[in-house]
Amino acid sequence: MNIDKRLVRKDSLEKLFDILKQNSKAIYAPLSKNGKTTFGNAVAFETISDGYVQTTQSAKDIAFPRVDGMSVRGIDLNEIPEVVLWGVRPCDATGIGELSSIFNWDYKDEIYNNRLSKVTVFGFSCSKADDYCFCTSVGGNPGNTAGSDILFTQFGEGGDYLAEILTERGEKIVGLAPALFENSETDDKEKFLANVPVKFNHNEIREKLDKFFESKEWIEQSLRCLGCGACAYVCPTCACFDIQDEAHGKNGSRIRCWDSCGFSHFTLHTSGHNPRDVQSARWRQRIMHKFSYMPERLEVFGCTGCGRCSRACPVDMNILENLISIQEVTV
Amino acid sequence: MMDNLYMPYLMKIERITHEAPGVKTFMLKFVNEADQEKFTYKAGQFGEYSVYGVGESTFCIASPPTRKGYIECTFRQTGKVTNALSGCEEGSMIGFRGPYGNVFPIDEWKGKSLLFIAGGIALPPMRCVIWNALDMRENFKDVTIIYGARTVKDLVYKEELKDWELRKDVKLITTVDPGGESPDWKGEIGFVPTIVEKIAPSSEDTIAIVCGPPVMIKYTFPVLDKLGFTDDNIYTTLENRMKCGFGKCGRCNVGKVYVCKDGPVFTLAQLKELPDEY
Amino acid sequence: MDELIKRAKDLLESSVVKVVIGYEEGTGNKTRALFVENAEDAGKLIFDSRCVQNLAAYITKKEVKEKGKMAIAATLPVMRSIIQLASEYQVNDSNLIVLGITPESKFIEFANLVEVETFVHKYQIEIDARNKEMLVKLEKMTQAERWKFWVDELTPCFKCYACRAACPMCYCHRCTVDFNQPQWVPVASTELGNLEWHLMRAIHLTGRCIDCDACYNACPLSIPINLLTKKMLEDAKEHFGGYQPSLKGDHLMSTYKPDDKENFIQ
Repeated sequence: MNIDKRLVRKDSLEKLFDILKQNSKAIYAPLSKNGKTTFGNAVAFETISDGYVQTTQSAKDIAFPRVDGMSVRGIDLNEIPEVVLWGVRPCDATGIGELSSIFNWDYKDEIYNNRLSKVTVFGFSCSKADDYCFCTSVGGNPGNTAGSDILFTQFGEGGDYLAEILTERGEKIVGLAPALFENSETDDKEKFLANVPVKFNHNEIREKLDKFFESKEWIEQSLRCLGCGACAYVCPTCACFDIQDEAHGKNGSRIRCWDSCGFSHFTLHTSGHNPRDVQSARWRQRIMHKFSYMPERLEVFGCTGCGRCSRACPVDMNILENLISIQEVTV
Repeated sequence: MMDNLYMPYLMKIERITHEAPGVKTFMLKFVNEADQEKFTYKAGQFGEYSVYGVGESTFCIASPPTRKGYIECTFRQTGKVTNALSGCEEGSMIGFRGPYGNVFPIDEWKGKSLLFIAGGIALPPMRCVIWNALDMRENFKDVTIIYGARTVKDLVYKEELKDWELRKDVKLITTVDPGGESPDWKGEIGFVPTIVEKIAPSSEDTIAIVCGPPVMIKYTFPVLDKLGFTDDNIYTTLENRMKCGFGKCGRCNVGKVYVCKDGPVFTLAQLKELPDEY
Repeated sequence: MDELIKRAKDLLESSVVKVVIGYEEGTGNKTRALFVENAEDAGKLIFDSRCVQNLAAYITKKEVKEKGKMAIAATLPVMRSIIQLASEYQVNDSNLIVLGITPESKFIEFANLVEVETFVHKYQIEIDARNKEMLVKLEKMTQAERWKFWVDELTPCFKCYACRAACPMCYCHRCTVDFNQPQWVPVASTELGNLEWHLMRAIHLTGRCIDCDACYNACPLSIPINLLTKKMLEDAKEHFGGYQPSLKGDHLMSTYKPDDKENFIQ
C-alpha cells in the first residue's frame, strides 16, 4: 500500500501549530508540570514538551475524560471541539484502537465515539526508548502507523520530519497547510527509530495465563502493591469507570468517571461480600484482563507496552518484569 | 437524537407492594408511551433502576414478558440507592435502563419438567421465569417450585404463593428455616437444600433452576447432583456488583465473562469454569 | 548493610519472625520494598540513600500482617511512623521487631518499641529548607492568590489515591471517601472535589503526620501535597508546641491541656 510521504521542515511544525489554531482547532499536547508531562490544551507552541521518551499520562481523556458529564445531559456534537492530538507515541495511537474496542463491544458508546470523531491524531515516532518500553512484545513498534492520522518521524535530533499521511483526516490537515508538507524525497524512517528488543512472547504468556490462575506467584508479585489507582489511570487502554449521580437541589447530573480494578472496594457488594478481597486477586485481574480476557473476547491486547504504569507506580510494580517472570515460571 | 447508553427511561411507580420486612415490589409503567411500545425483553434479563440524583441499583425484571404494559422489580432495602427507592411513593418517577443480560433459554426447555428452587430474596429473578413458564404451561411436563425463607414473614410474593398453591398443575413446597415457623404454619420446616433432598424430585428430563443466597446454593448443588441432575441441566443467575450493565465498566468481570453481558443466567457447567471471584 | 542482612537471616532461621520487610534493587536506579520470608534471600536486602519509601505502610497491610511476626528495616521516618502506629494500637512488640538504621546509616538494634521511641525522641521533626521556603512564600500570598495556587496544583489530580496508599497513617479499612451513605467527598476528580479530598486528608493527619514525604513521592503527577501536611506541622508547633509520636498516646488533636493557647478561636 502506498503511503503518502511528505517532508516537513523542522521549522514548519511551529507554523503548522499556528495554522491549526487559526482554523479553530484545539491542540492537545504534552505540557510539563512539576516535572511530569500531561496532555493539555496547548496555547503556544513553546509550551509543548519534547524530549520525553513517554508522557506521564496517556491521552485517553480526549475521548474518555476522567470526569464526563455527558452521561445524562445527552451528547451535543457542537459542544465537542475539533482537536488535534499532538505528540502521541505510536504505542498510544494503537491504544486508541484498543480502548475503542471496549467502548464498542456490542453496545456502542456514542459519547466516546462522538468525542473521538472530533480528534485528529498526530503521532510522533520514537527515536529513544527506555527500560520500561516493550511495545514490540505486544505487536507494536516505535514507528507504527496504526492509529495515527499523520505520523511524524524526525530524521535525527534537530532534523526535519517525515510525515506519513495515513487517513482522510490527515489529508484534510495537509489541505490546510499544503506548503508545509513538501513533496520531496524523504529518507527511510527505519534507521531513525529507537531499538526496542522483544522481551517476551505474548502467545506463550497467554497460554500460560490460562493455567496460571491458582499460582502463588500472584501473591509474591503483589506483596508490595498498595492498591492505588495510578497504573490504571495513566494507562492508555484501562477503561474501568464508575457512574455517579450527583444532586444539587432540584438539578442533578450523572457522570462517568475513572475507576480502577486495583481499588479494594471495586468489587465490594453492598452485603459486604467482596469477591476480590486480597490485593493478589486484584493484581491478577489486571494482568489476566489485559493479556488473557481482552485478547480472547475482543481480539485485541489490553496493553500497548508503553510502560507508563511501571514508571508511575510508587512501589515499582514493573509489569514487564512480572510478565517475563510469568513466562519463565513452570506451571 | 443520539443513542445515549447511560440515559434511563422515565418510569412511574404505579403500585408498591410490601412483601416482607425491608422488601418491596414496584410495578412500573413507562411515562413515554412510545418507549412502552418499543420495549421488549425476555425472562432472566435485568435493569439498572435509578433514583435521580442518588444512583442506580441492579435488579432483575421480576415480571414476565408475557404480561405487557408494565414491569416489576423487587428489592431489599440495603444500601444507598435501595434506601432511596424505599422512600419513594406511588406516583413517583424513577429511572430504568435495560433490558440487559442474557436470558433463560425457555424455548429449549419445552417438553421437559421444570424444577424451580429459590431462597429468600432470590425468588424475584425466578418469578419472571416461573410466570413465563406458567403462561405457556402446556409446553412443560411437571412444574415443581420449592421456595424457602428464614421466617414466615420473610417469604416474598405471598399472593403469588397462594396462587401457585391452589393451581393443580403446579407442585409448590414452601419451607422456613427451623425456628422461623409461625404457630399456624402449614408448610415444611427446614433449610432449602434439606427440603430438596426430602422431596427428592426426579431428575429425569428435568431442568433445575436454582437461585438463592450463596450458602443455599452451595448446599443445593450437591443434592441435585445426588438426584442425578447434570451440570448442563442446572441453571442459576449470578448477582454481582454492576454499574453500566453492558460490559464496559469492568466491575462484573469474572474470568473471561462479564456477568452483565454473558450472564446473569449461567448453567452450572458454565459456572464451574469461572474462577471463584463472584 | 551486612549487619542488617545477618540479623534478618538470624531472625528468619530461628523463626522468630515470619517476614522481614526491607529494600531491594528495583528498576533502573530505583529501590523498592522487599519481603524476605526465607533466610537465604536475606542477601537481597540493601540500604543506601535511595531508600526513602516509608515501609511502615506495609505493617498494617493485611496480606503482610497475616504472615505472622514481622521485622522491618527502619530509618528514622519509618521509626516515627511505627511509634505513631503503636500509639494507635495498630502494632506492638508482639508482632514487630524494628531493625533500625540511624541517620548516619548505621545499624542499630532495638529490644522493644520503648527503645525505638527513646531513639526517635532524640531528633526533632524539622521541615527541610526548600519546603520551608515554599511555605513562607505561601503565607505571604493573599488568600485569593493562595486559593489560586492550590486550585492550579490540585485540579490535575486524578484521585488515584497513591498518596493515601503510601501513607503509613492512612490504614483505615474503608476510607471516608469510600462510603456512600453519605458520600462525604464526591468520587469524581473535579476541582472542588480534589480540594475537599486533600484538605480533609491533611486535617486527618494533623498531629499524626511525621513528615516522611511518602505522599509526595508516591504521587504520579508530583503534586506537592506534602506542603499541606507540612503546614499542619508548622501550625501544630505554633499553637501546641509541636509533637512527637509517643507510645503514651497523648495525641495532639485529642488531648486537651489547660494551657492550650487557642489563638485560633478569637
